[in-house]
Amino acid sequence: MILQVENPVVEVHDLTVSYDRKPVLWGIDLTLPAGALVGVIGPNGAGKSTLIKAMMNLLPVSSGYVRIFDQPLKQVYSRISYVPQRESVDWDFPASVFDVVLMGRYGQLGLFKRPRKADKDAAMEALEKVGMQSYANRQISQLSGGQQQRVFLARALAQNADVYFMDEPFAGVDIATETAIIQLLRLMRDQGKTVIVVHHDLQSASEYFDWVVLLNMRLVASGPTDQVLNQELLEQTYGGKLTLLSKVGDLLRKQEFPAREKS
Amino acid sequence: MQDFIEFFSFTDANIRYVTLGSVLLAASSAVVGCFTLLRKRALVGDAVAHSVLPGVCLAFMLSGTKNPFILLIGAFVTGWLSLLVIDYITSRSRVKEDTAIGLVLSVFFGIGILMLTAIQQTGNAAQSGLDKFLFGSAASLIGEDLIAFGVVAVLLLVAVVVFYKELTLLCFDQAYARTIGFPVRGLELLLTTLTVFAVVVGIQAVGVVLMAAMLITPAAAARFWTENLKVMLVLAALIGAFSGIAGAFVSYTAPSMPTGPWIVLIVSMIAILSFALAPGRGWVARIMRQRRNKTRILEENLLKLLYQLGELRQDYGSARSLEELLERRNIPKKEALTGLRKLRRQGYLQKVESRWLLTPEGEKRGRRVVRLHRLWELYLTQYLNLASDHVHEDAETIEHIITPELEQRLIEELNYPDLDPHSARIP
Repeated sequence: MILQVENPVVEVHDLTVSYDRKPVLWGIDLTLPAGALVGVIGPNGAGKSTLIKAMMNLLPVSSGYVRIFDQPLKQVYSRISYVPQRESVDWDFPASVFDVVLMGRYGQLGLFKRPRKADKDAAMEALEKVGMQSYANRQISQLSGGQQQRVFLARALAQNADVYFMDEPFAGVDIATETAIIQLLRLMRDQGKTVIVVHHDLQSASEYFDWVVLLNMRLVASGPTDQVLNQELLEQTYGGKLTLLSKVGDLLRKQEFPAREKS
Repeated sequence: MQDFIEFFSFTDANIRYVTLGSVLLAASSAVVGCFTLLRKRALVGDAVAHSVLPGVCLAFMLSGTKNPFILLIGAFVTGWLSLLVIDYITSRSRVKEDTAIGLVLSVFFGIGILMLTAIQQTGNAAQSGLDKFLFGSAASLIGEDLIAFGVVAVLLLVAVVVFYKELTLLCFDQAYARTIGFPVRGLELLLTTLTVFAVVVGIQAVGVVLMAAMLITPAAAARFWTENLKVMLVLAALIGAFSGIAGAFVSYTAPSMPTGPWIVLIVSMIAILSFALAPGRGWVARIMRQRRNKTRILEENLLKLLYQLGELRQDYGSARSLEELLERRNIPKKEALTGLRKLRRQGYLQKVESRWLLTPEGEKRGRRVVRLHRLWELYLTQYLNLASDHVHEDAETIEHIITPELEQRLIEELNYPDLDPHSARIP
């Protein structure tokens, strides 16, 4: 069940991504609708984060392309926002919560320019939205996991983007933070934003998302939640690895073969 | 002493120049070093430092002069080349970065030493002093050299100010920087270039062998004192500048002495002191914290004892002797007395004819400790299912650290209890 949409916000075409020549995502063809709260779901090692990173042009791709608002990523930086995994940065960096949220304004500011008063207002407002305004001057090294995640979210909010890509925002946060985040994401969706979330918990997926992408090294399904989250498709996603696929991948790496013949 | 006065009166123009030069060089490389450190590329700085030597020698061999601009260019080229080679090896082979750094460092430095020896054997008169690049000589930082190195140092400081925002983001979260459209590749190149320049300007004063310490150590020391990046940059610059002056002084008073090792020793001393003395992160601060906790425990135990005695005799209004207190609890007599005197100074106790009496404030504090102790015992038996004869020891510690907010939560969760597990009343 792979449903393609008209006028997609995000279009992924024939995307293959490899680590050290071994493909971890095979030929993904995917379109996502505007104004949806999208969950990317699959087992460990399915390539969920890889898909998001490839969409953000953070990884070299072996084949295919990604278009956002029918344009290449380079043209739409101001309309997208990325929330990396919490563990991807060193939180023992000499910065305050406010400093980090202010980074969300750097894209609009461009190079050389200092943050203006308006940028500081926007950063403060974003902090309020995640309920962290009283932590503005706190050192980021003193934050709990849930607070770190909120700070990253506030930084993304300060960007005022149209599409949000979030890598595991619910990983290792407390219940209160999880509830606060999902409420915020729903609010954003209701304002017409598109939010794409990598998520590892199948239980909450049906409740959280209105569009679900099932992934396990290849695209298993993409469509409205009620049509996708069924026994058959879940078994295809979680029912054991495709051993043949990963054997061929290993072979490509060992033989130093390209994933695609270059034309 | 005479030297000291002569040097620090700065009457001699040469001394002024040498000092100014050393301060500029040391401060600028310390500032750039902050970013190198935060980007976790400290070892790369070391590789660059060693790799500029062949460049300096090559520039001299080709030009035949010691013109600082030409030597700077040579140093810059091989310093840069070493980084390219490290990057190339890491991305194109299975060799990991630390191995690549080790390889490149030793190969480049080896070639440099080879060239230096060759130059020295040609008997070219112009070459004398080239070996100063090995361990540095701040005193030779005059004239053209000062201008060349000084200009680069000032440019470095300006670049850090101009690109402060970009460099910070690059060091904190590179992937994010890319997704907002920052030219990450270009910024990496910029930071690399700044690092190479910082090394190149420092080699005259410190020498290639120890230059990495000048880049990294001030930044590492400054990190202990602050959680604010701007403050860290300023502090690192000051620490660098101080060691620069000290190095210049040593170089001036003992010209045959290599400056580099002295500067490095001084800056390392500052780093060690920072490690020991810095507030919060430092070693002394930790010991102080432990001592404070210890006195607090002693004081609260004394107040608790007095309160418990009052409870036992149903009489909080009479004074108790020291012996009475020590009967109930084994505290070294001297320690107990110090604690009691301190509590009197703080207004928690009164002394009535060598006996001790709780003031209303003291009674309140003593009561709170007893309350927390019993609440915690109750909590452990109810929520952790511990036997009531096992909870006392635990509560002895916990009673000192529970905050008023936690106390409130505890009371609520236990549903406003009256009695503890031993059926004592919770005051």
